This record gives sequence, C-alpha cells and structure tokens, in this order.
Amino acid sequence: MNCGFTVSRSCCIALLLATAAISTSAAGIAPLAADTTPRRSGYDFMGRETRAMQDDDAANPGMLWVLDGEALWSRKAGAAGRSCFDCHGDARSSMKGVAARYPAFDAARARPVNLEQRINLCRTGKQKAPSLAYESKDLLALTAYVGRQSRGLPIEIAIDERTLPFLDAGRETFNRRQGQLNLSCAQCHDDNWGKRLAGNAITQAHPTGYPLYRIEWQGVGSLERRLRNCLVGTRTQAYDFGAPELVDLELFLMWRARGMKIETPAVRP
Amino acid sequence: MARALVKLPASARRGEIIEIKALVAHDMETGFRRTQTGALIPRNIITDFACTYNGAEIFRAEFYPAIAANPYLAFTTRATDSGTIACTWTGDNGYSLTESAAITVA
Repeated sequence: MNCGFTVSRSCCIALLLATAAISTSAAGIAPLAADTTPRRSGYDFMGRETRAMQDDDAANPGMLWVLDGEALWSRKAGAAGRSCFDCHGDARSSMKGVAARYPAFDAARARPVNLEQRINLCRTGKQKAPSLAYESKDLLALTAYVGRQSRGLPIEIAIDERTLPFLDAGRETFNRRQGQLNLSCAQCHDDNWGKRLAGNAITQAHPTGYPLYRIEWQGVGSLERRLRNCLVGTRTQAYDFGAPELVDLELFLMWRARGMKIETPAVRP
Repeated sequence: MARALVKLPASARRGEIIEIKALVAHDMETGFRRTQTGALIPRNIITDFACTYNGAEIFRAEFYPAIAANPYLAFTTRATDSGTIACTWTGDNGYSLTESAAITVA
C-alpha cells in the first residue's frame, strides 16, 4: 500500500510540474493531488449568518441536545442502576478528546466502532439497559454531549495493523462508484469541492462537527445520517445505520480529517 | 430536561441596552404534513412567547406554523433594575415552558 501511495504521489507531482512547465495559467485551479490540497471544514463554506449561529452557544440549537446529554449523563439507567457519571465521573474532564479518537477499535467486536456504538456497548454491557435506537433523541444527545467535550481539539485517529484493513475498506468505499448515478464520494468531494450542486456548496467532506444541527433537518443528526443522505442522493441503496461499511467509511473520513479541529455541535445548512 | 436557553449579560449598567437571546427545543409540527400512509399529522406548535422583567411584560410574540423548529428569538431592552428576566413559551396541547435568568444592574 505504501509503495502504491508513493508512486501515485510522485506521478501527481510530475504531472503538476509538467502542467507548470506548459502553462502558468493553471494557477488557481484546484490542485490535482488530494494530499496537497489545503483542507477546509464545512464551516468555511457557510454563509456569515450560519457561522454566527454555530459560534454563539446561545443561538446554536445543537446546544439544546448537549444540555439534554448533560442531564442523561448523570441519570441512572438499566438493571445495573448506574449512570454514565458513576463510572466516568465528570464528562468535562473524562470525555475530553474522546470523540476526536472515534471510530476506535473494539477488541470484543474485533472491528472499529463509532461513538454511538460505543455508547450503546456501555449501555448494554455496563448499565444492562436496552440500546438506544440510532438517531433517537437520547443517543444523539449523549453523543453531542460527549462530542462537545472535544470541541477545539484536533482529530486523532490511531491507525495500526488492527485498524488498517478497515481504513482501507473505508477508502475503497469512498473511491468506489456506486448507485444509479454511478458516482463515488471522491468525484464530488475530492475532485469538485468548492463548486456548487444546485444551491449547495460541495465541501471536502471532513466530518469535523458531528453530531451536528442541520438547518435542512431542523434537528441534530449523526454522520451516518449525513452519509446515507449522500448515498440516497446518488441513488444508491443506503447501508443500514451501524453497518460495517458505514463505520469503515466514517473511520476513513475521520482519518482523512486528522489534525482538524472538532466543532461539535456544529451547524450546517 | 433543559429544553430552553435564555442568555443575557449577567450584569449591566443602569440604562444600558442589553440583548436577550431565547432558544427553545420544539418540533413546530405545522399541521400540514402527512405520514407515508396519508394521515394528517396534527398541528403542534408554540403559539405565544412572552418575556417579563421583574414581572412586567417587555416583549411578546405570536408564533405561526411557518416558524422553523427550535425557534430562536433575540431582542433588546433597557436595563433598569436588578432582578429576573423570565421567558415563557406556550402552545398547542397545553405546552408551557418558563426559563429565567438573573441580571445585576449597577
């Protein structure tokens, strides 16, 4: 894999040099290689008003979910009669930086799990409570609350020999053409970011602020909800919530955005 | 659970103009939407908002079905006395929620 990476990169550099040699008018066009592109959060593509909404905690509706999550954090649940607080203590210190590391490898499942799945593993395993449904208000609230504790911290996805196959699977999904429109994620988000699809900006697809408040949804939603939206948009049969393909794609996207700052709960149009 | 946020400066000078921001979690179901089987989803919206400053009303608004979910209002008033600013949202199905914040006026 490393070898292929080096080859494709040097190809791109060669191509860049060749382009520069032929004409200097190429300046201003999006760079050819994804790894030389300055990475931009979806925040950079938004209008002034939407940015102001995200920046002000009193105006950011995502904070309503964070407040709910704070209340749920210390509420006892399940047969074990324990709350998140009973094990983890104050989330403001214990959950700091956690969301920036997810999806992370879970030894019991022998694969990466996302933050929602991690919360549900805690619920079923430690609290002996039924798992929360994907996109339910409670699960989004808890995820938003945990995510909020990492706001401003850089995304740090650890890739080792255990997670590498899943990262590669996610990358493969990102680059694979699929659906009736026969589009890959990369065709929009690597090749055509900065342009518009109807009225909407095509972003670089860095998942920096999930779960986030999307004005179109009039509510908070997870990264998986957003990914399923994109899949439906390309007329692809969307993977189920929590499907391994989606989690691998999440892992790849978070790895691709490594070093970028967490904005949870972000606001997007 | 906390489902509303009222933000205003904790302290102000007498006569200063202060901004009050009020955000509430509500679906604002319009009453015009239908389920996949065609049944009408009944209207469930906030219909009234009122803000009082030490018991005296300073701001009132009426809400209608076209107002987005989780409505957010920002308005200003003149700081006159220390005390409590209370926001109340009322609506369909007996919905009522009050959230208040304190202000110290020097």
